[in-house]
Amino acid sequence: MRQKTLVIIAAAAMGLSMSVSAAVDVESLRGDAVAKESAKPAKAKPVVVQGGIERNYKIQPPIIPHKIDKYRITRKNNGCLKCHSPKTYKKEKAPKVGDSHFLDRDGKRLTKVSSRRYFCNQCHIPQLDAKPLVENQFVGAK
Amino acid sequence: MTTNQKKGIFGILLIGIVLGVILWGGFNWALALTNTEQFCISCHEMRDNPYPDLQDTIHFTNRTGVRATCPDCHVPRPWIYKVIRKIQASNELYHHLKGTVDTPEKFEAKKFELAKHVWKTMKRTDSRECRNCHDYESMDFERQEPRAQEMHEEAGDKGYTCIDCHKGIAHQLPEEYDPDQDNPGESIYYQ
Repeated sequence: MRQKTLVIIAAAAMGLSMSVSAAVDVESLRGDAVAKESAKPAKAKPVVVQGGIERNYKIQPPIIPHKIDKYRITRKNNGCLKCHSPKTYKKEKAPKVGDSHFLDRDGKRLTKVSSRRYFCNQCHIPQLDAKPLVENQFVGAK
Repeated sequence: MTTNQKKGIFGILLIGIVLGVILWGGFNWALALTNTEQFCISCHEMRDNPYPDLQDTIHFTNRTGVRATCPDCHVPRPWIYKVIRKIQASNELYHHLKGTVDTPEKFEAKKFELAKHVWKTMKRTDSRECRNCHDYESMDFERQEPRAQEMHEEAGDKGYTCIDCHKGIAHQLPEEYDPDQDNPGESIYYQ
């Protein structure tokens, strides 16, 4: 019995000393004295391009060439479809939602945009005129 | 006329004027008090449903710091229309007491109907309340995005009114709203 208690006490002491030394040893990569705050990213404006932005590769979801902060996509309504739906796109001179967006996963045609394509900005995104942080010579596929 | 009679007439006149100022002033003061956002959202129906809706939109926060509050859009400014609207509001009091939209679920179920009322009124008045701030006279098309420029010119030519295109800009659209049915000039939402 006494031996057992001793073992437990020893184990507890070891655990305690380990956790204490761990707390002391931890150090962040740049140390605890931060001399300079990291620079804020430069302010960038949303890009608005008449006629749209070229695709970078063949099957890229087209990029949104306008601001989207006024349009909301909720369970009940999709603000993008006000201009991009098959019935309104001509009048609004906007590109139409792709035909593929009306197919369900079994390839069946639906009358409304398929629920798996409903949230436009999962794939389509607007752009900021942010300057690339690293020089980049990427040329899109023609 | 004796001096006493003269005094009497003068007295009645004076009382009349003072009473008139107090009553008229009081009436307008009460009218102004009920014309504040604070008053509107003192009912939980408004505080919990349309008000949070508004807070997401550009009419609530924007780069210039101009905010439109409830009465700016929902109460006419010309006196006579304002009073007519205020009398209509007694119906809202009735429904408040009746609890017609006293839960978010009930409000949601009724939202389409309520929205259609507002759209119809805006259509009838040629979007009068919008134009308190957004006046074609002071709108510089040149400074708009090219697409907006084009649309506004077309709207002017064809006699569209603001609400024809700008629905759901200060509140979320009701679920039943279908943009396909709402092309300006052939919208089904004003019937």
